[in-house]
Amino acid sequence: MTELLSFEKSRPNAHGPRLPEADVKAAGPSEVLPPELLRARPPGLPRLSEAEIMRHYSRLASLNYSISEQFYPLGSCTMKYNPVANEAAAALPGFTDLHPYQDEDTVQGALSLMWRLEQALCAVVGVDRVTLQPAAGAHGEWTALKMIRALHHSKGEARTEVLVPDSAHGTNPASAALSGFHVVEVKSGPDGRISLADLESKLSPKVAALMLTNPNTLGLFEREILDVAELVHATGAMLYYDGANLNAFMGICRPGDMGFDAVHMNLHKTFTTPHGGGGPGAGPVGVKADLVPFLPTPTVERLNGHLKLDFKRPKSIGRVRSFYGNFGMLVRAYTYIVAMGGDGLTQASHDAVLSANYLKSQVDGLLDMPHEGPCMHEFVASAHNLAPQGIKALDVAKGLLERDFYAPTIYFPLVVPEALMVEPTETESKATLDAFATAIREIVKQAKESPEELHQAPHGLPVGRLDEVATARKINAYLQGQSEDPILRWKPAP
Amino acid sequence: MLAAIGVGSMDDLLVDIPQSLRIAALELPAGLSEFETMAQIESLAARNRIFADRLTFRGGGVYRRFIPAAVAAVTSKPEFYSAYTPYQPEASQGTLQAIYEFQTLISELTALDVANASMYDGATAVAEAAMMAHIHTGRNEVVVAGYLHPEYMEVLRAFSEGRGIKVRKGTEPNSKTAAVVFQQPDFLGLLVDAAGLTETAHKAGALAIACVDPISLAIVAPPGEYGADIAAGEGQQLGLSPSYGGPHVGFIACRKELVRRLPGRLIGSAHDAEGRRGFVLTLTAREQHIRRERASSNICTNHSLCALAASVYMTYMGPDGMRQVAEVGFKRAHSLAERLSALPGWEMAFPERQFLNEFPIRVPKGPSVIRKLARKGILGGLDVHRWFRELKGVVTFTCTEVNDPRALDELVEALAK
Repeated sequence: MTELLSFEKSRPNAHGPRLPEADVKAAGPSEVLPPELLRARPPGLPRLSEAEIMRHYSRLASLNYSISEQFYPLGSCTMKYNPVANEAAAALPGFTDLHPYQDEDTVQGALSLMWRLEQALCAVVGVDRVTLQPAAGAHGEWTALKMIRALHHSKGEARTEVLVPDSAHGTNPASAALSGFHVVEVKSGPDGRISLADLESKLSPKVAALMLTNPNTLGLFEREILDVAELVHATGAMLYYDGANLNAFMGICRPGDMGFDAVHMNLHKTFTTPHGGGGPGAGPVGVKADLVPFLPTPTVERLNGHLKLDFKRPKSIGRVRSFYGNFGMLVRAYTYIVAMGGDGLTQASHDAVLSANYLKSQVDGLLDMPHEGPCMHEFVASAHNLAPQGIKALDVAKGLLERDFYAPTIYFPLVVPEALMVEPTETESKATLDAFATAIREIVKQAKESPEELHQAPHGLPVGRLDEVATARKINAYLQGQSEDPILRWKPAP
Repeated sequence: MLAAIGVGSMDDLLVDIPQSLRIAALELPAGLSEFETMAQIESLAARNRIFADRLTFRGGGVYRRFIPAAVAAVTSKPEFYSAYTPYQPEASQGTLQAIYEFQTLISELTALDVANASMYDGATAVAEAAMMAHIHTGRNEVVVAGYLHPEYMEVLRAFSEGRGIKVRKGTEPNSKTAAVVFQQPDFLGLLVDAAGLTETAHKAGALAIACVDPISLAIVAPPGEYGADIAAGEGQQLGLSPSYGGPHVGFIACRKELVRRLPGRLIGSAHDAEGRRGFVLTLTAREQHIRRERASSNICTNHSLCALAASVYMTYMGPDGMRQVAEVGFKRAHSLAERLSALPGWEMAFPERQFLNEFPIRVPKGPSVIRKLARKGILGGLDVHRWFRELKGVVTFTCTEVNDPRALDELVEALAK
């Protein structure tokens, strides 16, 4: 079942909503403004009743898989349950109705929440200060790299390179490039971990930082992290922590203790703010003392119990977004931290690691496991063993959708062929993990017995596999003036 | 579970972590029940002072507006809020279609060809639009004309710095200029000569980037009608609460020649083997997960749920509702401006300039007047001198449909005393 677009359901005669009249003596825009400033043609927005709108979105909602209904083992995304109390907290009028330009003495509750959240995040990752301003993980990476760049500049050093492992998230090299750095790739060794020899060969006085996630994207803890930190610091470079995988070790160890100088966190992963179908998230960045002067403005400071926003920071990299960050997400994350406490967060990481290892043990033998030994909070399997049947990771993913599971992250990291990156999280029961393993078993059997059926998966969903290549081709035709259909938006039939 | 894994204890799973790194416990208080947690959070919320909608006259990029109950009823559906980026289209049609509708709604509002699936906020949307112009023209300078939101300006500078782009204020682009950026209406609420600035930009071979207020587009000429190349802006007014500055939603729309320069997600229509229409993430070759260091932007997570809220709002309001709230704000602001200008010593800061629903006015002893209003429960205008040295004593006031005529009376009465 697919759904008509709101535009296709629009009725020209539907009334708009009842809204107040101006009720003041004043002329309207068409009487006051010169015609060239006025809109010539009204925007083609749909006209629907509230009843029709509510049904429209309810029907769209029913077409989604989500954590609320499905197991969602999307690796690197930490799709854990989003406690509903978080939503209740963020919806308090004392937060939602707060204007960002209110005077400091009227927003002490908000500033206090930000201050406490900063303190809590400092405790979890082992840093001195945290900026809450970045809106997402990639935004946090870029913010951190700008600070690192500013620190090197302040010492009169023009370092131009950033090292990024070949298994890194795509945002790492993109953020480095956008911060003005040249990206140099560091290879993984055969055990899936960063190769110290390759790292050493690429370190030089030109290197500003190494970006690393730990555990890495294969779900493996970088055992030699202390050696990595020593090598990096010996050349005067900084060590940057990509916090996508922080859920692996809260209360067990801390990036700050490993030698990381800057650490971003994804509140929408580790700290249960909802993923929203693709955001909003929040990507706070924690830093050690050396980088503190470069934090974005404003920071929250406490003076005699009074909280204030500090805009006077001469070495700051400036602002990375408007206002003070995704405040509503900060409320949710802080609520989660208060509810969980230090003990709860530690338990969460233990359970996340246990879930991942258990699921890995159940899937082992069905799919290839490219790396031996225990994993942390996620593992990467490979569908390479199904190559003789012509089955790819994509087919396995579609087979899972057909069995009412969302799919793992596929074809990432790039260093594993036909990769399936599975992150079960701590909020799934053993029964769910067993059911997922059973589904994989069925899919592998199907791959061997009737691969063509698996190629056709998924059946029974709102749509089957969509022809993305045709879409790209049609967009191309539009962009080259050979077609009137933009494909990227709806247009009424001519 | 440990037995099934083949280990004896949790510690056996953590063997790769050097002992020297292990910590005994987090230095955080122990967890609390939901009841206790909420009591703590509620006490923080209670320490904020909330001004009534109707008595809020402060804007500066974030506005109090009527938000239909339909918005929260949709965005609180966990099928929307607990899903993620729609990597598996067959299981994500709800999000994909909703955002495809968002792209269409923004394209219609701006009268441009294509819009993307959302940005973090207005500031980053403007900065990313400038980056598009830089990539497209190969030029290394951005000219900002007039009063762009000062925080957008700061973010634009931060984005530009890493790419070696110079940002300067002015109205005269030259052969090095990638784009002329202007805000319509500007940060003070004043209408600018958008068509003239667009023409000036084009004559210099630069792109014209209009930072726009989406509600205003129901009445004023949209960027597509005066030939601007890119529209960028903040969508908070489309059904999102102020929430101390976020999360809100940025948007970017552009002419078709620039589509491949767009940052972030784009959703397109597609068909399956049976001919059923669906929607997919498309043109992903621009993006970080494919192109890595050569991507047009590093954005991955965007503000999808806020874009959904904006879509519900625009669909609920329809063209008539959007126009109605824009007109009500316009009339009330003009009425208020007239009454405030009549107060002794008060005068419009730019009497020759047109405005919509926000306007700058010179206020004798501005800061103390605003404090006085606060004591009466009124969130008065915004003192803009803190950003612009030349605007000493200038305060901007905003009216929307939530500031009823009686609220205007109360404001004027409070000031007259």
